[in-house]
Parts: sequence; C-alpha cells; structure tokens
Amino acid sequence: MRSPFFRSAAALALVAAMASPVPAAINVVTTTEDLASITREVGGDRVKVEAIAKGYQDPHFVEAKPSFILKLHNADLLVAVGRELEVGWLPPLIQQSRNAKIQPGADGYLDASLTARILEIPTGQITRAMGDVHPLGNPHYWLDPDNGRRIAKAIEAKLARMSPGDTGTFAARYADFDRRLKEAEARWDAAMAPYRGLKIVTYHRSWPNFCERFGLDVIGYVEPRPGIPPSPSHTIELIQEMKRQGVKIVLVEPYFDLKTPNSIARETGAKVVVLAPSVGGEKEITDYIRLFDYDVNLVVSAIEETGGK
Amino acid sequence: MRSISFALFFGFIFLVGSRDPAFAQTPPASDREELARLRSDLEALRGEYAERIAALEQRLSALQAAAPTAPPSPAPSAPAAPEVQVPAGAAGAGGPTGTLPVYGGVTAASKVFNPDIAVIGDFLGAAGDGAGSTQPSLQLHEAEASFQAVVDPYARADFFLTFGPDEVGVEEAYVTFPTVPGGLLTKIGKMRTAFGKVDGMHNHTLPWTDRPLVTDNLVGGEEGLADSGISIARLIPNPWFFLEATAQVYAGDSAVFQSPERSDLAYLGHLRGYQDLSDSTNLDLGGSIAYGHNDSGPDFTTRLLGVDATFRYRPLRRAIYRQLLARTELVWSRREQPGGTQNAFGTYFELDYKFARRWFAGARFDYSERAEDASIKDKGGSLLLTWWPSEFSQIRAQYRHTRYGEGGTANELLFQFLFSIGAHGAHPF
Repeated sequence: MRSPFFRSAAALALVAAMASPVPAAINVVTTTEDLASITREVGGDRVKVEAIAKGYQDPHFVEAKPSFILKLHNADLLVAVGRELEVGWLPPLIQQSRNAKIQPGADGYLDASLTARILEIPTGQITRAMGDVHPLGNPHYWLDPDNGRRIAKAIEAKLARMSPGDTGTFAARYADFDRRLKEAEARWDAAMAPYRGLKIVTYHRSWPNFCERFGLDVIGYVEPRPGIPPSPSHTIELIQEMKRQGVKIVLVEPYFDLKTPNSIARETGAKVVVLAPSVGGEKEITDYIRLFDYDVNLVVSAIEETGGK
Repeated sequence: MRSISFALFFGFIFLVGSRDPAFAQTPPASDREELARLRSDLEALRGEYAERIAALEQRLSALQAAAPTAPPSPAPSAPAAPEVQVPAGAAGAGGPTGTLPVYGGVTAASKVFNPDIAVIGDFLGAAGDGAGSTQPSLQLHEAEASFQAVVDPYARADFFLTFGPDEVGVEEAYVTFPTVPGGLLTKIGKMRTAFGKVDGMHNHTLPWTDRPLVTDNLVGGEEGLADSGISIARLIPNPWFFLEATAQVYAGDSAVFQSPERSDLAYLGHLRGYQDLSDSTNLDLGGSIAYGHNDSGPDFTTRLLGVDATFRYRPLRRAIYRQLLARTELVWSRREQPGGTQNAFGTYFELDYKFARRWFAGARFDYSERAEDASIKDKGGSLLLTWWPSEFSQIRAQYRHTRYGEGGTANELLFQFLFSIGAHGAHPF
C-alpha cells in the first residue's frame, strides 16, 4: 500500500507542472447575481465573474452541488452576502473547494456586508421561537442602492489589492458606476416620492432596506414569522389589518407560492406584485441598476393601478 | 422523633417562604384594593421606564452610528464599522437588552472562540408485529451533540458525540485540513466512511427512521464502517464533469472489519462523478471498494463492492416546495469464513418527493442476502410521510413490511421525532 505517499508526491508534481503564470483576469465567484453584477461594474474585463445562486432562487436554500465546488476550486476571490444568508450551503462548499485563497479569513474571501448598512440587528435575547431570525441582522441589505455603492467600494478596494497594477482602472470604473447609480437614484427617488409613507405588506422580510430607502411602510408579512409558511389564522388577521389600514400592495419574492398572497388580494382588493429581489430575477434584469429600474417601475404602476395613496 | 420535628420545621419554612397565594393568608378587602393599586402603579412605572430606556438606547446607537469612526490603522482590509440601526420595538421584544453577562471570563471576547454547538434528539416509536424485532415501543434512540469550529488557519475540527439508551459514544471526531498542497482534502480521526451514500450519513440526515436491509446485513448496520483512520480526497480535473477520488485507511475496528494484527489495516476507495443535467436536475454516481480482515479469524477477509446512483430534481423557482430524489445502492460482499467464502448481494431503491413546503413522501424497496449466509434472503418495502414544522424539527411515519429469510414476516408502523437546538448546520446534499 504505497498509495497515500505515492499519490501525494505525484499530485504535488502534477500541480507544480500545471502551475502557470498569473492569469490575465481575476477569477471571482460570488454567491448571488447582485454581487456578480457589482463586481463586473468595478472589475470590467480585468475580472471573470460567476455567481452561484440564480436571481430567481431563494438564496437561503441553495443546494451545495459539487459543480459549485469546481467553481470555487478555481476562484481567486469569493464575494459573499454574509449575515448568515448562506449559512446552510456555503461552508461545505468552501471546505471542499481545496482552495486556500478563499477560506474565510484569507485574502480572497470578501464578506460584502461588512461595510454595508445593516437593518434589523436584534438586540437582547433571540430564540428560534421567533422563526428563522438572522442573529447578525437582515441579510437582504443589497436592496438599498446606497448599499450597492458601499459593496462596490469594498470590491474596488479588494480588487486593487489583488491586482495593484489595475488600481486606476478599478477606481475609474467605480467612479463611473457611482455616477450612473446617482443619476438612477435621482430617477427612482423622484418616481417613488409621491408615495412616501404608503403602507404595504410583504411575504418575507426581504425588503426592509428597499422600503426604508423608498419610504414604504411595511405593516405586516404574509409569513407569520420569518421562514414559517403562512397559517390560516395569521392570514385572517393580516387581511383584517390590511382592510383597517387600507393596504393595497402585497410584495412577493419570485420563489414563493402565490396561493396565499392571491387569496389575500381577493379579500382586500390589493394587488400582488412579484418583485425581483435580485439581478436575474427576471430575464430583462441583467444588472444592478436595471434591478431597481424593474422594481421601482413595477411598484409605481401597481400603486397607480390600485388608486394611488 | 427528631426526624418528625425536622420535617415540621422545614414544612414551616416552606409555608412561610411560599409566595403561592393558596398558602398565603387572605388579607382584608381594603388591603387587597390597596395592594392592587400599588401593583398597577408599579406596572405603569415599569412600563414607562422600559419605554424611556428603549428610546435612550435608540438615540445612543444612532449617535454611535453617526459618530465618525476613526480608522485605527491605514490597513485597507480593516472594514469601516457598519452603521447599526436598532429596529423599533426590538428592545421590548421580551429579552434582556445590552451585552450578555460574562462569568469568570478574562475578557468579554473569551467565548468568541467557542465552537458551534448543536444538539439533536432522535426519538423513535414502533408499533405492530416486528417478527422478533427488538426495537422498543418508545425510545430516545439517540441524542447527538456536535461541536464544530475552525482550529487554526490550516484546519477545522468536528466532533459528534452520541448518547444512546445505554451507551455514550464518539460517532465522529476528526480534523480536516482543507487546503493541503496538491488539493488533497485530508481528514484524520474517527469518521463515518465514504462507502456509498448511506454509510456516511448520520441518523438524522437519513430520509427514513431506519437504515436499509442491505446496510444492516452487509455494511455494519447503524454503526457502519465508522472507524479511526485517515482520509484523503482529491478532485480529478477533467473538462467534462466533477470527479473526486477518495482513499481511506482505517485501523480495522468496526462492525464489519476486525484486524487481528496492528499491521492489518482496512482500506477503502471511493470514486464519485457528478454532473448537472440542467439547472434543476443532476446525476450523482459513485463506486466504492472496501477491504479488511473480518472477525472470523486471523486469515479471513471481507471485501465489499458498492455502486450508487442518485438523480435529483429541484426546480429552482419552486425549490422550497418541490424536490425529487431517486437513489439506489448495490452492494456485493465477499466474506471469507471457516465454512467457505460467502458471496452476498444486497440493494435498495428509494424515492423521496417533497410535495409541499413542509411535506415529504417517500418509498423504499429493500433486498439483501446475509453476509454470513448468502442463502438467507431478506426482502422488504417501506412507505414514508414526513412533516417539517420548521427547519429544526421533523416528524416522520414509516410503514415497513419485511419478509425475513428464516420465515418471519413483519408489518410495523415506525415513528420518529427529530428536534434540534443550537447552531444552524449546513443542509445535507
């Protein structure tokens, strides 16, 4: 049985032989398509970006497929949403990637939430009786464009450190993204301004950043508690509350069943809006700015359809 | 006499100390009103203070967030302190606010490095004619405690301790070196092995309340091949699909292998191929071989060959409502023993279908010969229904029909309650 030593020696030799000079582009893997889009904005042709979760998929429940191990195996940089969004599937993928560069704590691991503005960080004691709470705060923070800017800044700093020769390129691309984002933000803010304070209901707690930014007031959730599917008693309560407060909009993520939201809408005369929580949530949402274009348009037209304020 | 006076004395203390109204003297009506008034005043005061404290805390955190955070060093890796906003009403959610108390710690951070801890309870029930099965009607089959953490920049460690009805054991305890040069994922310690699929699974990740007949008859049952050893696994680069080769060496002290000499080890090899057929379907194929001495004498060995195939369907848009898994494993056992060599074969085929967000239905077909006497053939089948109240608990019912080779036929209804507390582990794939 010479195999363990023979194998490792052979493997070492093989790796040494295959080691090539520094690749032209930085290989980046992101956990979501939003992070991939922002990385593309900053990195341009200096990066090659792949995302793991699709934009129309529930990012809490991604399968840890071996094909993702292969992606991570060759990555120079892994950008994660963090705040335990990926706790159910990313750790085993990283562990099996056999890639020292992207292990948490290493230079090639970037937790994008570290510089973002995080809402709903629980204070005091939390228990699972509250449902699937995220003890480190709400992980859907990319849905505020200002957090997109912060993420871009963090990625710019990281890329510049990984490829110092391209620092200027990354800085210029960041500045360009920042400028386009500012223009777009003015557009979105103007579109949403007439409806500040409008009361809405959402399915999951995915939208606190979005609603805070655009002045929507979430008065309830279709889920009785985060991660717990709708129950009849909660749905009845929610319907009564919506009638009392005149709520006409129900925001739903594309990966949730529409049965309960539709029956709530029938009872209350509200409109169900399937909003995209991520880039790639719909075919036409191909980048981070288009994500908000799509969502803001959808919300505005739904509000107008249901009679404005 | 003394003991009686002691009892009276303690009884008196208990009565005096008791705040139970049943034991308290009933005060006159005017006193009661006075008491109620005082109590309501106190409640009002308490509520007022709680509100004030919450408001002050909110202002404090807002001030902290607004204060410019001076970067301690120019290192670009140091992230700016995230701005924190306390959600309105969070302080009144019922728990204590502020930092948690530290008992005997040198610093408040001394517990930061504690491992992730989780405990999973596995409660089993059985009813019906078991044809000699020894499974009790109700049983806390196992409590599994897991401790998992990163050791240092080079390694992480996983401990799984199981507490059964009459024994405590180490189910697994190993260190993993994920970044050994050459892409060799290395594990050292006591492990469940890479033989097929079921042998590597803990009880709570199985889609059944039991293990298939082939596992019981040929692959060591619940304990399986788990043993102390060393494992290395490497990806085999190729342009087409995921291919991983695993080589493991064990001491030879398991339910199947018993090494008579220190130099007689048990060896195990596993090859796994995986390919995405589409975004929502994939195919997972494996081949395994295990070899070592068995317990019939110093010169007798057992060789196991296994093949496994898994097909998964999971539509990404509706992944939390619909999933299908179809799996089969085939095992050939060649066991040398004093009466001659026994060549036994066993297999199972299972379907597991998630038809609603919290519901699974399953079916399993079983066939297996016995390792020590291949002429005895056991056959069986199961139907299953599983309900998940949440990600952290699970209720399962299994109807199991078994026709044993000796002639007995069992018809059983098996129940399982799984409940887990602590750290959120990764979902099994």
